[in-house]
Amino acid sequence: MEDIIVVENLHKVYKMGDVDVHALRGITLTIKKGEFISVMGPSGSGKSTFMNILGCLDKPTSGRYLLEGNDISSLDKDELANIRNKKIGFVFQNFNLLSRSTAIENVELPLIYNGISSDKRSKHAKEALFMLGLDGREKHYPTQLSGGEQQRVAIARAIINKPSIILADEPTGNLDSNTSIELMEIFKRLNKDGKTIIMITHETDIAAYAERVVMFRDGKVMKEELRSKEKLHEPVSRV
Amino acid sequence: MNPLVAFRVSYRALRRNKVRSILTTLGIIIGVAAVITMVSLTQGAKKIIEEQLTSLGGNSLIINSGSRSRSGVGNSIGKKNTLSPDDAEAIRKLSTITHVSPILDTTEQVVWGNRDWFTALVGVSPDFVFINGWFPERGSFFHNEDVKNAELACVLGKTVASKLFGYQNPLGKTIRIGNISFKVIGVMSSIGQTPSGKDQDDIVLIPYTTLQKRILGVNHVDNISVSVRTSKDIPFAEAQITQLLRERHRIRPNMEDDFYVKTQLNIIERIFTISKIMTILLGSIASISLIVGGIGIMNIMLVSVTERTREIGIRMAVGAKERDILIQFLIEAVVLSLTGGLIGIVLGIVGSKISSFFTHWPTLVSFGSILLAFSFAAIVGIFFGLYPASKASKLDPIEALRYE
Ligand SMILES: Nc1ncnc2c1ncn2[C@@H]1O[C@H](COP(=O)(O)OP(=O)(O)OP(=O)(O)O)[C@@H](O)[C@H]1O
Ligand SMILES: [Mg+2]
Repeated sequence: MEDIIVVENLHKVYKMGDVDVHALRGITLTIKKGEFISVMGPSGSGKSTFMNILGCLDKPTSGRYLLEGNDISSLDKDELANIRNKKIGFVFQNFNLLSRSTAIENVELPLIYNGISSDKRSKHAKEALFMLGLDGREKHYPTQLSGGEQQRVAIARAIINKPSIILADEPTGNLDSNTSIELMEIFKRLNKDGKTIIMITHETDIAAYAERVVMFRDGKVMKEELRSKEKLHEPVSRV
Repeated sequence: MNPLVAFRVSYRALRRNKVRSILTTLGIIIGVAAVITMVSLTQGAKKIIEEQLTSLGGNSLIINSGSRSRSGVGNSIGKKNTLSPDDAEAIRKLSTITHVSPILDTTEQVVWGNRDWFTALVGVSPDFVFINGWFPERGSFFHNEDVKNAELACVLGKTVASKLFGYQNPLGKTIRIGNISFKVIGVMSSIGQTPSGKDQDDIVLIPYTTLQKRILGVNHVDNISVSVRTSKDIPFAEAQITQLLRERHRIRPNMEDDFYVKTQLNIIERIFTISKIMTILLGSIASISLIVGGIGIMNIMLVSVTERTREIGIRMAVGAKERDILIQFLIEAVVLSLTGGLIGIVLGIVGSKISSFFTHWPTLVSFGSILLAFSFAAIVGIFFGLYPASKASKLDPIEALRYE
């Protein structure tokens, strides 16, 4: 499989007044197309920072990031927005749905910025919601949906523009274990359909859904664990 | 993002905060309503002034005999009696002229019974009343027939009527002017004093032919008073008259006129200047309220941007470009100001109808003033929406997403 993401010696430094916070201290990692990766590590180890850079929401202080062979650092803001729109789908811990828009309007959002016409938009969004078992909930507002349902709306939104990569930052962090398992089944299915998935999690049984687990510590990759197909679903050993 | 979608998104965002949106647009509503009411009121006032000016002889001209340069106005040294009733008839035929009256004046003793009064005796033709917009209050004015026959009929000014007759009815009575008996056929309405304090009602009007033949024994007229179709035609009428009289008087090209035309144009100009100043003054009041309204919009848009920081972050995370966010908030500001503009237009029309009802002025709500107010509102929306919108579009996606 070809490399879809290559990062080399990635650094991120936040300037907080006089203090420099080194969130990332040289991350080097290669991710192949179609991989399912879990990122684990203690709080403050730089996982979200790394994810935001992968998602083109943020730029590294130094280091190289190649997405499908293209160097991201040479792109301007509009081009980065374009990548977020078409190549990457984001799933957040707190869902990040527009609270005053209905489920279907939330799912349509990326299509709007992709210049898709309104009738096509609602057709695609309906299909996506159906795929995620949310038919009949199109007109519901986020507050009228359960956490699991909200996260499924967010996933529908993440995949609506058919991106090749899905980035999920603690997607099950706000869900109970049963709902988490339902959600992971969805991720598994998406991965089977060819999507590259990178997921941050604190829970070993959730991390166990991935083929590869990357351990972060103090802004560095501390350990990588490749998991054989048979061992999938068995809990990942704690750091 | 296409503008229609942006418009719908903006509209929905505004509808969510209905009360706030309406309060925000209040400034614009008042501003636009003020513009429309004021413009229509000043235009109405201007029309009234123009009408009154016309009725007061604002579009009249007086042709005097003598040369302006040699004699000067009111100096009789160079005054030759160059104007004739035929000149008046010729002027009547000019395209811009509506009424013509030859004028002669003198002063005479008028007597009724044991009362007498020394007054201005002025010979005119029936057109005189139309030129000056000054009509008899009782009885009637004399007719062209009376002029032709040099009838011994007179119309008294209000002052003369009361000096001679007190509270008695002068109509049908016979008075003596000089040594000749005249029948009183009318009494003019009162027009009061001139700005310089001369009593304009202290006058007796008779046919000019009667004054020429029976009293003065002359053939000329002192001056010719004419009214022009509209005050705009005055300069052209002046040129027409000058050319006509030069021809009639056989004045060679290098010779000076033996008459001069006096206009009241400067009065008109002064009144127009006043109404222009009025428009500017009221216009600037309205503009200020529009600007205040615009600041209100900017304020609420800034609040809105802060409140919706997270929404902006989400939109950016799913692919909104800076321009998309900018346009969204800009359209929101414009929708706000245009909604205010529309409500303001309706209120302005109602307001001008109401003020027309109370002032009895004809108010004109012109399409132009509506367009002006509406585009002003749009410009205010864009101008004051630009800063909050650009602030929104410059937000950092990560920080916006993390905003609580
Ligand atoms: N915007 C920021 N400004 C300053 N420091 C930041 C900023 N974002 C993150 N950091 C710092 O960078 C480090 C890594 O943060 P990050 O959010 O990536 O951790 P994490 O691994 O995602 O932690 P968690 O598991 O709690 O989500 C932390 O020390 C954090 O304080
Ligand atoms: Mg994190």
